[in-house]
Amino acid sequence: MASLNTSQFKRGIFDGLPFHLVLVPFGAIFGVIATEAGLNLVQVMGFTVLVIAGAAQLTALQLMLDNAPTLVVIVTALAVNLRMAMYSASLVPHLGPAPFWMRALAAYFLFDQPYALSSIAFEKEPSRTAIEKVSYFLGVGIPLAISWYVATLAGALLGERIPAQMGVDFAVPLTFIAVVAPMMRTVAHVATALTSVVLVIALSFMPYGSGLLVAALIALFVGAQVELWVEKRKARS
Amino acid sequence: MEPATSQVWIIIVVLGICTYLIRLSFMGLIGDRPLPEWLLRMLRYTPVAVLPAVVAPMLLGSGAHSGDALRIGAALATLVVGLTTRNVLWAIATGFGLFFGIGALLG
Repeated sequence: MASLNTSQFKRGIFDGLPFHLVLVPFGAIFGVIATEAGLNLVQVMGFTVLVIAGAAQLTALQLMLDNAPTLVVIVTALAVNLRMAMYSASLVPHLGPAPFWMRALAAYFLFDQPYALSSIAFEKEPSRTAIEKVSYFLGVGIPLAISWYVATLAGALLGERIPAQMGVDFAVPLTFIAVVAPMMRTVAHVATALTSVVLVIALSFMPYGSGLLVAALIALFVGAQVELWVEKRKARS
Repeated sequence: MEPATSQVWIIIVVLGICTYLIRLSFMGLIGDRPLPEWLLRMLRYTPVAVLPAVVAPMLLGSGAHSGDALRIGAALATLVVGLTTRNVLWAIATGFGLFFGIGALLG
């Protein structure tokens, strides 16, 4: 059985360090809100361990508090997580050749931060093997997941002693901007990001989650078209 | 009203299983079979297409804090530092420093 690459795993752990600062307060907030909503400790932790997706967890919780039907809660929270199908697809060229058990394990940790860090790392050094890439990915994901569990537990136990209005919700958009900005290497990347921002705002009337998906899909297409167009122009000149 | 125990567990378990299957979907099924060039070209833009779509509504949408000058200022500073230094850490440090620093000053 193939084994993970220790040095890549360690690099993943190291690169993931700053993101703990973001996940810990966010997880704690979820723990506080979920407990105040009437979930017991086992339910709060079950939620965090099984779903392991902050935005979807908060969405589901909000809808549960609004007494939404079970099916509506599930479908809406899943729509929030559908972007992960795109993450899954975009990692295929990198992780595809790794053994199935590694990919199955990696799939559990496929949330925003490990995905974002790995896609930067894999683009910088495409020559890494699939095993090295899986190792790096898990090195980012596993410690962050543990932080997420511990933070949720702390939030659930400490309850209202943690102030919910510290502005920690802003930590998430801020880190995403910090991750995306260095990726703006070509006109195509800039065009993709701008399309995505303009469309997601324009489509904000669509039910939660679906506007994001339409915006992101069209933005992907725009990025690819701009890349083709730039290549053609270069070939001509 | 507090949600019933059975409803909570149904939501947690179904959401957990389906979310895992979404994550496994392409990664698990396709494996190392080659993907067409046009698809690979589109997939390269996934992070740049998805992450801004996640962020923009939080800053500019209809939420409680959207349109907040301090947040938008900190977000812009993060973007500029990220673009110029190409360094995730510097960008995060700038944004957090501004947001929590000025936030503390303003009380």
